[in-house]
Amino acid sequence: MIDKTLNWVDDRLGVAKGGRTFLDKIFPDHWSFMLGEIALYSFVVLLGTGVFLTLYYVPSANEIVYHGSYLPLRGQHVSEAYASTVGLSFDVRSGLLMRQAHHWAADIFLGAIAVHMARVFFTGAFRKPREFNWIVGTIMLILGIVNGFLGYSLPDDLVSGTGIRIAYSIIESIPLVGSYLGFFLFGGNYPGNGVIIPRFYVIHVLIVPAIIVGLLAAHLGLLVKQKHTQFPGKGKTEHNVVGSPMFPTFMAKTTGFLFMSTAVIFGLGGFAQINPIWQFGQYEPYQISYAVQPDWYMGWLDGALRIMPSWEWVGWGHTIPLEVFLPAVIFPGLIFNILIIWPFIESKMTKDRNYHNLLDRPRDRPKRTAAGAAMLTLLFAVFLASSTDVMANFFELPLIDVLWFFRFFVPLSPIVAYFLTYKICHEMIGAEGIGKRKRALVVSRSTEGEYSTEPSEPRPGDSHEELEAIAVPTYIDTTDPELATAAGVRRVIR
Amino acid sequence: MSDDTARTNGALPPATLDDPHLQPATRHPGRMEILAAIAIVIGMLGFVAFMWAYWVNASNQWEAATLAVGMAGLGVGTIAWGKYLMPQGPFVEERHDFHSTESERSAFNAAITGRGGLEVKRRGLLLGLFAVGGGIMTVALGFPLIRSLGPKPSKSDATYGPTENSLFTTHWRQGAQLVTVGGRPVMVDDLEVGGVLTVFPAGHEGSSPDQVILIRLAQLGPNDPPHVIAPPGKTSYGVQGYVAYSKLCTHLGCPVGLYQEKTQQLVCPCHQSIFNVNAGAIPQFGPAPRPLPQLPLTVDATGQMRANGGFDQAVGPGFWERP
Repeated sequence: MIDKTLNWVDDRLGVAKGGRTFLDKIFPDHWSFMLGEIALYSFVVLLGTGVFLTLYYVPSANEIVYHGSYLPLRGQHVSEAYASTVGLSFDVRSGLLMRQAHHWAADIFLGAIAVHMARVFFTGAFRKPREFNWIVGTIMLILGIVNGFLGYSLPDDLVSGTGIRIAYSIIESIPLVGSYLGFFLFGGNYPGNGVIIPRFYVIHVLIVPAIIVGLLAAHLGLLVKQKHTQFPGKGKTEHNVVGSPMFPTFMAKTTGFLFMSTAVIFGLGGFAQINPIWQFGQYEPYQISYAVQPDWYMGWLDGALRIMPSWEWVGWGHTIPLEVFLPAVIFPGLIFNILIIWPFIESKMTKDRNYHNLLDRPRDRPKRTAAGAAMLTLLFAVFLASSTDVMANFFELPLIDVLWFFRFFVPLSPIVAYFLTYKICHEMIGAEGIGKRKRALVVSRSTEGEYSTEPSEPRPGDSHEELEAIAVPTYIDTTDPELATAAGVRRVIR
Repeated sequence: MSDDTARTNGALPPATLDDPHLQPATRHPGRMEILAAIAIVIGMLGFVAFMWAYWVNASNQWEAATLAVGMAGLGVGTIAWGKYLMPQGPFVEERHDFHSTESERSAFNAAITGRGGLEVKRRGLLLGLFAVGGGIMTVALGFPLIRSLGPKPSKSDATYGPTENSLFTTHWRQGAQLVTVGGRPVMVDDLEVGGVLTVFPAGHEGSSPDQVILIRLAQLGPNDPPHVIAPPGKTSYGVQGYVAYSKLCTHLGCPVGLYQEKTQQLVCPCHQSIFNVNAGAIPQFGPAPRPLPQLPLTVDATGQMRANGGFDQAVGPGFWERP
């Protein structure tokens, strides 16, 4: 029956050959290859919960009187966007769970992308021939950040409205065209004529997700076409991939992992409150809350804005608000451009034009590892700077001192991180047996009174055992008879 | 080919007990299968419990917990199946070069440069015209795509409406009445010393560019000399101990809503710019580059507070056209 169906399909689409290759695709077994899957599965949750939310959310700035079940808001004048978001949280059954799961999934999506990207970077997986996929992934990161911002702006609550106001001012800061861009996007001077919510909505639910889906297909398509990278090891060369096959082993594990990811996201959605907009209230342009931070992936931009000195350029009848333009436009622009062209920078500097399918250990490439550590340190330092006011309160320090600290800490810490990482990598390259399990030394004293040390006997697990890989069975007439009978694999002691 | 040899061997060698990949648990595949089955059954129960929670309209936490148990049960069961009971290998797959052979490459290149190049050489004019036409089309499509989105920012309110279409103007005029967001006129004895109030020009309550923070710095009578504001503040702008500044931060336009009476400072909660209330709201620290524009005040015969003119500059953050 199944054979018949498959033949029917293959008669029409000719999928048998490629399909078999696909089912035989080998996935290397290493935990770090799982990080991208977290991003993929949280995106699946984003799509599912997002569709649910669109059924109840009303993208409109029209003012109405709230009549829902949340008592403190009853009778207040709020926008339809805000009222419908509160409504889908309290008056739609399972609505709050879906909304909070959506928000958590977005935070996890971007976190998983960031960690996945760090893994790809530090192991050199972006090198030839995978530059395209690195760029596609970076663009998805940028789009994810943009869509996260648009998404949490939609409820029209006090906190996110302030974020939109800041975004408007950042657009306004662009020389020459800034005020035009702001007016066109918002339909006039801030807050515009009520078009920004519907416009953000269509970008958030249609345009950006459609692009991300397309790029995701390209990302995975390239992954299949170019095959996985792998860490060096027994039997692993530049010309093969060693691991478990797509079907059934990897498919079972990854499907299980999809369920685990969704379980965590929905668990957080139920138990960890996120963005309680009913506590913030409706956005009014003259109201403001205290000690609010954006979602974590926007923190680095907020921090850069905070520590920037007040350097406004004025001359020839014009103003360039450098105190906004540099940290909020030029700084992220530089970071993302460096990320995108990094594979080319590196191959230019190392003059390495070869194919690379085997991954590096980070310590074996001290300069790249140090550069990555410096970048992460810089981003983490500006991220910390986005909570200067909270820190000043918590440590009971003057706010000005905290800000001055970050004005030095942010530019200096990446330099320190670079040289420190470089030094550590070099030390590790030179050290014997690093990364291997330590064996106890037995110190003994001879009859002459001399001391000597002997390594103790190896215990189980001390030596690295690697398995010899075998081919996925193909046609019977080409199968090595020994392999066909070999049950499983052979154990090889290295 | 006969049926025997054409038949593909799709089965993987089974995982065996001496496979060192296998965790101790797999030494007993039968037990492992039972554990995986139990996990999946727990998952099923979790989903059933979710339906119950939904049915009785239980709390968000119940729904999340039951759903998470359901998904985690299925997840654990499937992962255990894949990890412990399916053949682990490792299996190997050969890689093949991505690039085509030299002859395929040259054929491809020849098709492009040969056919295309020849055509370009023959009909250069057409290609040039096509490129220009495409460029014009792009610009033409840009008109509705971009220009329809919003009004052009205007320099004054003479040709366009005020404030909505201009970054330079507000609704503050000579004699504009100070009202609260609820529309109540502000009287001169409304505030105690140290009190602040967000005010708007009458008829424009809640408007973003018009928001002004009114502060009472001192208890002064109508005939007392004005409260002294250090430069660049304008002493004549205050009245009876009151001063009023635009509430839009000159950094990014957040409402400068934190007034610290002890230090006579206005603090912007967004990025911690600090303005000196006693000295024309000059920025003392933080990223804000300019003082908050000051609104001239007056008190009419009935004790109502009014603006004694508009702002002398654009309010809010900087932009290119700002002189």
